[in-house]
Amino acid sequence: MIKHIIQRLCSKILLLLAVSFFTFWLMHATPGNFFDSLRLNPQISQETVARYENLYHLNDPLLSQYGHWIVNILHGEWGYSFYYNVPVTHVLGSRLFNTFILSFTSLLFTWSVAIPLGIWAALRRNQWVDRVLSVISFAAFSTPGFFLAVLVLYWASHWGGLPLGGMHSPNYDDMSIVGKVWDTARHLVIPAFVLSLSSIASLQRIMRGNMLGVLRQQYILAARAKGLPERVVIYHHALRNAFNPLVTLLGYEFAALLSGAALIEIVCSWPGLGSLLLTAVRSKDVYLVMSSTLLASVLLIIGNILADILLTWVDPRIQYEKKN
Amino acid sequence: MRKRINHLNRWGKICLSVLVLMYGLAIFADFISPYSYKDEDRDFSYCPPTAVEFMDHGQWVHPFIYGRALTFNTVHRRVYVIDHAQRYPLHFLKGGRLLTVDAPGRFYPWGADARGRDLFSRIWYGARISLSIGLMGVAISFILGLLIGGIAGYYGGWVDSSLMWICEMFMMIPGFYLMLALRAAVPENFNSVQVYVSVVVILALIGWASLARIIRGMALSLRERDFVLAAKTLGVPDIVIIFKHILPQTISYSMAALMLTVSSYILAEAGLSVVGLGIQDPIPSWGNLLSDAMGIVPVIFAPWILLPGLFIFIAVMCFNVVGDSLRDVFDPMFNEK
Repeated sequence: MIKHIIQRLCSKILLLLAVSFFTFWLMHATPGNFFDSLRLNPQISQETVARYENLYHLNDPLLSQYGHWIVNILHGEWGYSFYYNVPVTHVLGSRLFNTFILSFTSLLFTWSVAIPLGIWAALRRNQWVDRVLSVISFAAFSTPGFFLAVLVLYWASHWGGLPLGGMHSPNYDDMSIVGKVWDTARHLVIPAFVLSLSSIASLQRIMRGNMLGVLRQQYILAARAKGLPERVVIYHHALRNAFNPLVTLLGYEFAALLSGAALIEIVCSWPGLGSLLLTAVRSKDVYLVMSSTLLASVLLIIGNILADILLTWVDPRIQYEKKN
Repeated sequence: MRKRINHLNRWGKICLSVLVLMYGLAIFADFISPYSYKDEDRDFSYCPPTAVEFMDHGQWVHPFIYGRALTFNTVHRRVYVIDHAQRYPLHFLKGGRLLTVDAPGRFYPWGADARGRDLFSRIWYGARISLSIGLMGVAISFILGLLIGGIAGYYGGWVDSSLMWICEMFMMIPGFYLMLALRAAVPENFNSVQVYVSVVVILALIGWASLARIIRGMALSLRERDFVLAAKTLGVPDIVIIFKHILPQTISYSMAALMLTVSSYILAEAGLSVVGLGIQDPIPSWGNLLSDAMGIVPVIFAPWILLPGLFIFIAVMCFNVVGDSLRDVFDPMFNEK
């Protein structure tokens, strides 16, 4: 199994290299040099621009520029953000952490709500619970996340019980540790809830489908025929098998979550990677665009690998030596 | 196709008709809307919806609207009061438009935006962009997906693994990040048509990989079938087998996935436009109409600017329901009906 994980890791690293080259090439496909806007800025001397051009090897051929960029990245030198006027790494660290908090909370919430709902709907198939849940799922799945965020913020502005956007209250620095955690948690409620809603909808449907599929199997019939209590049949025999395919989904779930998180971060002014990328794209801050895209892919790949490992743990029948 | 539509379930049929209606209204936007999408009147910024009056002193009269007088309240916020002295009769079919009023009066069935443009008109002009962009994007993604998925599935081996590797690369970048990165590469001096085309291309590039994987899976199983073997023995070239025998079989089965892709593209366009990177202002799309509503303050005083969100919701929901019920038609085992 460890061999398998290492194999997967290697192929993912290769993919990551390809992703990085793609983003790099993309930034170069833009007509003009990145530094054209700097050159037009009267506050920056021509020498500084020339120095940057040398530093980032901008006059070399594309492949060698890419080589320099990658080597720099491996050395922890991610380039310079011209919008924030600091090295990119200074901005990225906290943003990455914030996006992680948001996605992780939302993932936890999604799974703890969607799985029981899915089981419930499957056990009450075609009864009113199932019908109501499926209508709600369709509606939640079709609502644009950012729109829902605005509606919830609108409601919260009337209610006044929750902070409207941001991540910290203005007096955050004066709070105790417990106060800080509580404050962040309160700010997290709206974005995490909005982000979870559509994934809950889809996951609930998938769990319902899996559960129904498993309940049709012969071994469930056998278990029932044997006279096992319904509770044991469902939670011991059916649930475990219905659960497996979901773990594979976890990786994709993570992708959707990161994408969705970006827009909701922007609407709820949550200082994460997505809102950073938006600022970077708007201000044509090339290194920031490349590194935040790359980091988002890294997050996604880590999510995928974790899902892989989790799958081998949940389902011991999977034999990787045969598959690969 | 007709037969397939008859097999849709009840909700599928309802949603399909709603979609047809919305596309129809979008096509006839010039006719049904009282103003052009860029017809603005800054004196009517955030003017609330105008009610059409049918009665005057208990008598039925020709439908008309009352004028609005702009006043300011104690905190200097704009308040529009109904001015019973001004009356503007509604004209039917005047100047090629369904319902209009004469010049100093403004007819806002669903209210006005910040620049006094009619939201009703802008929603239907915007529908042209929002509803077409999803279809265009899907058309390109689907062609790419068919080509690459078909070739990968048919040949298998290293062709398959290298093509799927490229797909996986595209799926490794979270969609919205990929979208923004691609958008960053688009020059800023594009005109509106070029922006539209680039948004279509960006959308197509996001979704083609998952379509290609679906089609590749089908092609992989189809190539083992007897008719493919028969074609091979007859000496039919590979290209012809892929295009004439394998791909047509996959099309009907991928219809459901296509519908879901259209709805995700509509959402993606809205997302891109709402942050100001999609369709640019004088041209409306449902996404950039909503960008006004992204702040809480305008929404509190002019809640009607949330309406485009409702239309995004309806369109996406309808595509999802139609897709879901198409899947029931083609793949009855899926939902265990």
